[in-house]
Amino acid sequence: MNSLVLDIVPIWTLILGVGVFFYVLLDGFDLGVGMLFGLAPDTPSRNLVMNSIAPIWDGNETWLVLGGLALLAAFPLAFAIIIPAVYFPILIMLLALIFRGVAFEFRYRDAEHKTFWDYGFVYGSAIATFAQGMVLGAFIQGFEVEGRVFAGGSFDFLTPFSVLTGIALVFGYGLLGAGWLVLKTEGELQAWARRHGRWCFIGVIAAIGIVSLWTPFVHEDIAQRWFSWPNLLFLSPVPIITALLTWVEWRSLNNDSEVAPFAGAIGLFVMSYIGIAISLWPNIVPYRYSLWQAASSESTQAFLLVGTLFLLPIILMYTGWSYWVFRGKVRADIGYH
Amino acid sequence: MLSDPLLLSRLQFAWVIGWHILLPAFTVGLASYIAVLEGIYFATGRDVYFRSSMFWIKIFSVTFGMGVVSGIIMPFQFGTNWSRFSDVTANVLSPLFAYEAIMAFFLESAFLGVLLFGRKLVPQWAHFFAALMVAFGTLLSSFWILSANSWMQTPAGYELVDGRFFPKDWFQIVFNPSFPYRLTHTIVAFYVTTAFVVAAVAAYLIRGGRFVEEGRVMFSMTLWLLSALVPLQILLGDLHGLNTLEHQPAKLAAIESHWETASRVPLTLFAIPDEISETNRYSVEIPILGSLVLAHDPNAVIKGLKDWPPRDRPPVAIPFFAFRIMVGIGTIMLGLVVASWWLRFKGRLFETRWLLQGCQLMAPLGFVAVLAGWITTEVGRQPWTVYGLLRTADSVSPSLTGTDVLISLAGYMVAYLVIFPAGFLIMARLVRRGPVDSATNESPIEGGRPDLLVRTPPTASGRRRP
Repeated sequence: MNSLVLDIVPIWTLILGVGVFFYVLLDGFDLGVGMLFGLAPDTPSRNLVMNSIAPIWDGNETWLVLGGLALLAAFPLAFAIIIPAVYFPILIMLLALIFRGVAFEFRYRDAEHKTFWDYGFVYGSAIATFAQGMVLGAFIQGFEVEGRVFAGGSFDFLTPFSVLTGIALVFGYGLLGAGWLVLKTEGELQAWARRHGRWCFIGVIAAIGIVSLWTPFVHEDIAQRWFSWPNLLFLSPVPIITALLTWVEWRSLNNDSEVAPFAGAIGLFVMSYIGIAISLWPNIVPYRYSLWQAASSESTQAFLLVGTLFLLPIILMYTGWSYWVFRGKVRADIGYH
Repeated sequence: MLSDPLLLSRLQFAWVIGWHILLPAFTVGLASYIAVLEGIYFATGRDVYFRSSMFWIKIFSVTFGMGVVSGIIMPFQFGTNWSRFSDVTANVLSPLFAYEAIMAFFLESAFLGVLLFGRKLVPQWAHFFAALMVAFGTLLSSFWILSANSWMQTPAGYELVDGRFFPKDWFQIVFNPSFPYRLTHTIVAFYVTTAFVVAAVAAYLIRGGRFVEEGRVMFSMTLWLLSALVPLQILLGDLHGLNTLEHQPAKLAAIESHWETASRVPLTLFAIPDEISETNRYSVEIPILGSLVLAHDPNAVIKGLKDWPPRDRPPVAIPFFAFRIMVGIGTIMLGLVVASWWLRFKGRLFETRWLLQGCQLMAPLGFVAVLAGWITTEVGRQPWTVYGLLRTADSVSPSLTGTDVLISLAGYMVAYLVIFPAGFLIMARLVRRGPVDSATNESPIEGGRPDLLVRTPPTASGRRRP
């Protein structure tokens, strides 16, 4: 770690953290909607479910590219160690995203194979989600590192813990997706989304519970972080707020509020994300390299920061505008098809 | 051979980028074309431009979706298979990649939604603006990715510390020596490729007789454009060649399969390069023309491959033939464009059958030329990822086994062999249906939409405009 006049590593940590969270949130509901699509009762409702994300999905996926590239740009050592370590989950995710992404166009334009593309959309969404969950699990477990390279095997990622985090994320994205559909649809379809949201909710709560109890046993540093005094006191708001949000989310899935299920699901994701960040801070390659050790050169971070600080507000502005254009309940008659 | 993670990783990268590059080759040009059509429609209100634009927007949406999904693959390749390269070059290259994402990808994707789905939701000027922004985004994307690619070819503005690159001068890094030539040559190539596709489709529509008006508008527009761009492209290619001679002489020697350093070298039209005996077989040569073409000086000395030890030479046959395919296609393109001038002057542009058929046959050739050019420049860069400084063999992820990469390569092959042919067939079907206006567009293919209108009556919530 250099002694800098102006240390911009925290700024990049924040940008990366927010960028990855935006991805998780935006593609999260998007992939969740993809999974729920497979459970929709009939063709018209499937069309409506898909239309609710058709204009925005590729913008959402752009945050994945941004997350990957921000990691490469700000913390290249972490990128060079972590990505080869999760070679197969990344591969599976990318292949799944291919099929899911093209399905938006292809299912409308390729009537003979519509069922095939529909399956591609549903399983693509589910498998991509599961793979992302496994990446998360592998990340929390940590990697075998020698010097500046990943020294383990390409199947090290596969453990009961990473499978569990994979399943957890499937329910999590499912809950986000259901929340989005409650927001964007009405009538019977909305009631259907609410019903599935409740199932996802039960899965999410079970998953958060098991993962939260298991994580401290994955690495002693994490247990130390949470259970040593006075951390126990300072960190207690995290589980308390999570518990409150759980109650709010369950209530909103059972009454007729339209915004609360989505907002509550976002809240649960925020809290889980903060929990993981607290567990691993200040490491970016868990238990091995800190954010400062893995950072790119000062000049690199500064050069990119200038443009990012200027462009990020603009991006948020026109992304916001594109969401604004498609605000309100999803309609069947927009589009160019 | 199938157990070498290096070779397999190179094959995998070639596979995923080879398919991917076909999409920007089309979407960069098509986005600009759609913006032009929307602009003319906005200014004149003539319906034929509206119908033409709607037609190409449908095709654009198919290719853009494929471009997005095959493009997301790319940055992850640097991590999964080329992690050593990432570690060594990230300080210099990563901001260029990242700027591509924050300047271009978000711009494209946000305004694409409005372009595709927003015509009824926003005023016409906003829709036109969205078309402009999508086109602008594709050009920004080309700018940054080609800057990064050019830096790998002609690195500048860096210093090496402990085997890793560190930035010294960002202007020199971004505007490295080959970048201006590569950028212009590539973007014009993308425009030419797209223009020949549009011309081919237009020729098809004219000959089919159902959409003659749209066909004529498209055909005339694109042939005007090609009249300017094809000669310009030949000029840019020549300048790019001079730049390669200066900065990457080994690549140029491989492209020309030129073994001995000499002045007044001949131009080799055809040969079978023999890398073992370091000679050419069956060569067809024109004396002195080589020095004249390559350096614009008949007495110029051109370095031969034997000046480099074999381990520092690129493969010869691949760039040699790829380059000749590219130039050959350029020559055919020029011939067609010149013919179109004559026929336009005679007033027979739309009636000459061989020209229409010729343009139809040209549709795939732009893509072939783009691929051939890309293969020339990338294979010619070998055995380096950063020219002269970082070997490809030192760039690959050390943790990978041959089996790992064999599995991933197989996965990418299967996926691409499903979606690319499917996408192509879908576009071919859209072309066959032609620029039908949207009122008659509710075919069963559109998937249950008419039902839907009946099922969900308008309610007070949300925002509804007729």
